[in-house]
Amino acid sequence: MRQRGVMPYFALLPMLATVGVAYLGAFAWTFYVSLTGSRSIASNKFVGMANYTRLFDNERWQLSAHNLAIYGVLFILACLVIGFLLAACIDRQVTGEGALRTVFLYPYAMSFVATGLVWQWIFTPDGIPGLDFDWLVDQDKVIYTIAIASIWQASGFVMALMLAGLRGVDPEIWKAARLDGIPVWRVYLSIVLPMLGPTVATVLILLATMVVKLYDAVVSMTQGGPGIASEVPAKFIMDHLFLRANIGLASAAAVMLLVTVLMLLAPYAYARSRRRIA
Amino acid sequence: MKPARIGLYAFLLSAALFFMLPLYIMITTSLKSMDEIRNGHLFALPLAPTLEAWRSAWSEACTGASCDGVRAGFWNSVRIAVPSTILPILLGALNGYALSFWRPRGANVLFAILLLGAFVPVQVMIYPLVRMLAAMEVYGSLTAIVLVHLVFGMPVLTLLFRNYYASLPHELFQAARIDGGGFWRIFWHVMLPASIPMLVVAAIMQITGVWNDYILGLVFAGRDNAPMTVQLNNVINTTTGVRLYNVNMAATILTALVPLAIYFLSGRWFVRGIAAGAVKG
Repeated sequence: MRQRGVMPYFALLPMLATVGVAYLGAFAWTFYVSLTGSRSIASNKFVGMANYTRLFDNERWQLSAHNLAIYGVLFILACLVIGFLLAACIDRQVTGEGALRTVFLYPYAMSFVATGLVWQWIFTPDGIPGLDFDWLVDQDKVIYTIAIASIWQASGFVMALMLAGLRGVDPEIWKAARLDGIPVWRVYLSIVLPMLGPTVATVLILLATMVVKLYDAVVSMTQGGPGIASEVPAKFIMDHLFLRANIGLASAAAVMLLVTVLMLLAPYAYARSRRRIA
Repeated sequence: MKPARIGLYAFLLSAALFFMLPLYIMITTSLKSMDEIRNGHLFALPLAPTLEAWRSAWSEACTGASCDGVRAGFWNSVRIAVPSTILPILLGALNGYALSFWRPRGANVLFAILLLGAFVPVQVMIYPLVRMLAAMEVYGSLTAIVLVHLVFGMPVLTLLFRNYYASLPHELFQAARIDGGGFWRIFWHVMLPASIPMLVVAAIMQITGVWNDYILGLVFAGRDNAPMTVQLNNVINTTTGVRLYNVNMAATILTALVPLAIYFLSGRWFVRGIAAGAVKG
């Protein structure tokens, strides 16, 4: 049943402007700029794919992409495992459930900047006397410190979503499993976890987009250093737009980031449209 | 108690300790003097707790150019957060209402593209947005940052209200229509009053999100309106010479205080927002 009238269309004008101008318009503009020789000021000189060739040859970009891959795998795996473990444990009718949930989720209420600064202080080489922890200034290990800080911040979020999923599991399953004498961990792994499929898919997509957006934590923890050892793509774009005066190259990098997000979303969107038809 | 139970509690307790550790270090460090920090242990309790670092962080700490602490950033954040919460929520509710009950042609396609905005990093749009706002002659102002928060808050807020209105009994809308209510009257007098719980959840999410934002404030707000997160990062990462860890930690707590207070006070509402925002469609 469809209601007629002009008003609904009029009311959606801000949304139309947001989608048409701020999203799609901006995507198109960014793509256009990536094909021009724009440096510190915009230029209309068409250079084809030159910015993309330069981007892929750029050592800083290669390192940024490499860092993001390491960070992404660690972050997503650790958040999923820790989040599910915490949710499963809390789900076992423990006392103090409310307090535990509060403790695990509070980091998520903080800004990435604040989180980054706290962990920067914890990882300061002489922060813990007698314990020579120097990952923050170690070129090979600095990306792990950013991963640890982010995992600390986001695993409570995963726990909250997983717990909501676990609460939706039919209690009859637990009764049946107890009658059959199946150990609790087996039930979680072989029965409950597969049932949480949609929840896990949602969590995965949210974590993956968090990975692609990684910026604040790097800026506040390391500023990309030592050297360029902890650079990431989102920061590459910002630096080339505002500090290194290479708008064309920054836009090519932005298009690559957009393509990455679309590739991440495609299977999810496909699965959802299939489910709706079925 | 069975051994499995003991193991369960041991795991949860040690996890809780790990999660609390940074907060503990933040608070204890902020209460120490620099001498005590240099000579003592990171985990040690402060011997002579002092609020000196807090005072300094609030009103004296240097942010590169000036030495006014994070105080100015606090008020900037308040000025940004109030309109950036009210306007996007009203628009989100309006969008959700139009999508759920009036279903104009093509609106669902529009909504699907809108949702994309929740996933794409702002870096992809940032250069065109800067140029557009500059052309409107508002770049680097309060108007600019509120507009940008409106644009980036819209996907999740619209989703929240669309799903919420879809869960309301459709008879509510039918009855209002039969009573002769028009588009706006039904929105203001029936739907908004019926969505108080969702308004609270949305407000919690949006205030927290806006307060914690760094990149949008950095790029769009301009130097005079720089929010607290930007001010904080400047205090800590641009100071030269001796790093005042106690002042840094106090400034960090001060910046995190508003969202943390909202989180601890609102409890289940916060979790509800997370769950509602995450379950797409």
